[in-house]
Amino acid sequence: MTARDAVLARIRRSLGVSGADPARREAVAARLGQTPRGPATPESRLDRAARLRLFVEKAEAVKASVARVATPAQVPAAVAEFLRQNNLPAAIRLGDDPRLNALPWRTTPHLSIATGRAEPADTAALSHAEAGVAESGSVILASGPDNPTTLNFLPENHIVVVNAGDLVGDYEAGWERVRARRRGALLPRAVNFITGPSRSADIEQTIQLGAHGPRRLHIILVESA
Amino acid sequence: MADAPGPKVGLFVTCLVDLFRPPVGFAAVKLLEEAGCSVEVPVQTCCGQPAFNSGDRDNAKAIARQVIEAFERFEYVVAPSGSCAGQMKVHYPELFAGDPEWSTRANGFAARVFELVSFLVDVLGVDAVAARFEGTVTYHDSCSGLRELGIREAPRTLLRSVDGLHLVELKDADVCCGFGGTFCVKYPEVSDAIVGRKAASIAATGAGTLLAGDLGCLLNMAGKLKRQGSGIESRHVAEVLANMTSAPAIGEPRIRE
Amino acid sequence: MHATSSAFRENARRALDNAELQRALNNAESRFVDHRAEMVATIPGFEAIRDEAVAIKNHTLAHLDLYLEAYEEKVRAAGGTVHFAETADDARRIVLDICRKANAKTVAKGKSMISEEIGLNGFLEENGISPVETDLGEYIIQLRGETPSHIIAPAVHVTKRQVEADFRRAHRHLADDRDLTEPAALLAEARAVMRTKFLAADVGITGANFLVAETGTSVIVTNEGNGDLSQTLPRVHIVLASLEKLTPTLNDVSQFLRLLAPSATGQRMTVYTTFSTGPRRPGDPDGPEEYHVVLLDNGRSSMIGTEFQDVLRCIRCGACMNHCPVYQAVGGHAYGWVYAGPIGAVLTPALIGVDKAGALPNASTFCGRCEEVCPMRIPLPRMMRHWREREFERHLQPATVRAGLAFWAFFARHPWLYRTATRIAFGMLAALGRRRGRFRRLPLARGWTAARDLPAPEGTTFQAQWAERRRSR
Repeated sequence: MTARDAVLARIRRSLGVSGADPARREAVAARLGQTPRGPATPESRLDRAARLRLFVEKAEAVKASVARVATPAQVPAAVAEFLRQNNLPAAIRLGDDPRLNALPWRTTPHLSIATGRAEPADTAALSHAEAGVAESGSVILASGPDNPTTLNFLPENHIVVVNAGDLVGDYEAGWERVRARRRGALLPRAVNFITGPSRSADIEQTIQLGAHGPRRLHIILVESA
Repeated sequence: MADAPGPKVGLFVTCLVDLFRPPVGFAAVKLLEEAGCSVEVPVQTCCGQPAFNSGDRDNAKAIARQVIEAFERFEYVVAPSGSCAGQMKVHYPELFAGDPEWSTRANGFAARVFELVSFLVDVLGVDAVAARFEGTVTYHDSCSGLRELGIREAPRTLLRSVDGLHLVELKDADVCCGFGGTFCVKYPEVSDAIVGRKAASIAATGAGTLLAGDLGCLLNMAGKLKRQGSGIESRHVAEVLANMTSAPAIGEPRIRE
Repeated sequence: MHATSSAFRENARRALDNAELQRALNNAESRFVDHRAEMVATIPGFEAIRDEAVAIKNHTLAHLDLYLEAYEEKVRAAGGTVHFAETADDARRIVLDICRKANAKTVAKGKSMISEEIGLNGFLEENGISPVETDLGEYIIQLRGETPSHIIAPAVHVTKRQVEADFRRAHRHLADDRDLTEPAALLAEARAVMRTKFLAADVGITGANFLVAETGTSVIVTNEGNGDLSQTLPRVHIVLASLEKLTPTLNDVSQFLRLLAPSATGQRMTVYTTFSTGPRRPGDPDGPEEYHVVLLDNGRSSMIGTEFQDVLRCIRCGACMNHCPVYQAVGGHAYGWVYAGPIGAVLTPALIGVDKAGALPNASTFCGRCEEVCPMRIPLPRMMRHWREREFERHLQPATVRAGLAFWAFFARHPWLYRTATRIAFGMLAALGRRRGRFRRLPLARGWTAARDLPAPEGTTFQAQWAERRRSR
């Protein structure tokens, strides 16, 4: 008997049930198939404008910085502006996200752009979020060649582009966004819900930013998208 | 003899009140009678909580059966203690769950058990007492009363009606005083550390008098305050509400008459 | 991990006398409590979410075998491997095996209580593999050769002064005269030191707050990002999790997340909530090449169906210990094993035996604050009492305690004897105490009177006075 069989057998013995019981199997299949939600959250009832306001409020409360631009075309300049304001090198690393590739980078010719996974020497990375969640001010990022996960964690500065049209109310709606963009049953290898820059309170409970992940999280919100 | 009018209450005086501070029992009787109840005190000993909390279910049940038998003829069973009332109201049904004869009896009994101040306010609808007490007072919420019985507003409602009394809220009023029945005997150092913090919070209110609804908590807190040389006096809240504060406070010497 | 839980009273005494520890505990104490209260007040449906979460967990436990099967299937479909471990020993062996196959020399570790439970670090070291704790709190205690004293703030018992001393001692390659007086400097140093370790590690080991059956996903929550770096950079990712972490769906996890961070630290969400499903996909530029989940039983399957089942609802938020007056006074190490505070008092006897850990469920006043704040409504005091019942049945309590209880119960069950005996005994006590109104010293109550006075009884008992009044009517 394998360890697996032994553990399952012990659980069934403790519960006084059989693994073959159709009613039990049906109950599990039903929950996994229907994925029922809990009580509706207040955030799920907000309209687009209210979601945007709440998202910005929550993100700033956890010390992310938020810049709003009217159109995608203004994103490169907003990126350059962030780097300049923080005395950072005019250099970013990004993945292969078509939404970012389509931006007019020629408008910021002094910005040096590298692609691929993050390297230890990178100072700033740029990602495009799947969604932003108003409930907590979080951005949702999905791994893959478009937005390699290391971009979210290695460099000290992380810039995330979010479309206002991708701002949802609650976590459940966020997951709907993640899955809508993908056909196929498998989730990306990693889905990160990121809420502010990294921090630690392990030294005498004093909160400090920039633990192992980025010290700064800058969100560029594209209002027309 | 004609039946006395008003609700018939069996007073569960509690062993600590019985043995350490009878005036609390008389204050309870006074409050109940003034609210229109007729009060009787059947022969009684303990609610059985020490046995119950120590894992001795057999003795806990034997004592519980004794209490139920002595008290179930009353319309209400009232105790000047959140801890004992909680034992009877919440844990007696637990003790007899599944027992064919005693489960129903225990549930029926439990439904009629109340802590004193909660009984006055929540059941009888009393919202004021005719009492006078000059001074600043602070109030400690006993854990069982607060968490098992939901008692928080009732004592404050009545205290606010006492003439001359100024109530200052105790910071961390809802934090344990460290008594915990057998706990203070098993882990006296930890118990002392906890009551030390409580004493500091009490002193920080600037109140001259500490009140609470449980004598166990009060013996513990008064004992610590007195050891620290504090002038703060401790009383059971019933004493103040019943306007019976001529007896020395807890831990104070009796003045020879 | 070797347990000293039976020495709780001595541990507690030492903790109370430890000025540095008391300073650290005082610093932390009210912060967790206040922040939680503030955050919960901003979440209007909090109570309803608690109820919902309890229902989901109970349903999951009642179908745990089937959810485990579904979960395993999904992990495999994503290219990962699930290993079942019945005991701590089995789990250690499985992890070592994976590390050896990967030719691992160093392992980067995110915070994992399960790794403490199975004593993984020491075992890896014995076998020539170097584990590096990457969570700052865990790193600090690793330097100190200590174990965590809290399940989410492992170094809560350490002061800043002590951290500086530890860093100077351990980071010999850095300049002696560097200024480390500010927490920011300590953090910057930890970040730099840790960076090289993340990049060099062959294997990353993390715990899991939840395992999702719907998608075969493991979930971790951190503030630092160390868990993410530990699992993304190395070639191999091992997830260490106990069985009861199983959760049916992502929507269920969303609800638990609404309870977790608010209950733990008073944050809305921790900074990083990461959902990992299998190894890197074809075309992924980063991510581990291998993904393993080690599912630990170690006594959980036997807790199902017993009066202790509810403790398997725990989501490891730490709210119970943050609000416990005993934990606040003595800290986590006094509990002598992996899990501290009220959850430790219930779980430790279940995992290592009530004969070794019986002191813990006794070290409680049953104030009930833990149950009040537990997001999963675990009836912790009731479970501690169940342990006391088991001890009583097995005669594990000290003889003096049993004798005292028997003595009291005998009198309580014989009312007439009770009234006579107490009249005499308390009459004497009252007479002795009349002058001062209280006792500074009392032979049978030494524990009490060591630091408190004992108020003297009045003299005649209430029942005697009541009977007197009836007679004189």
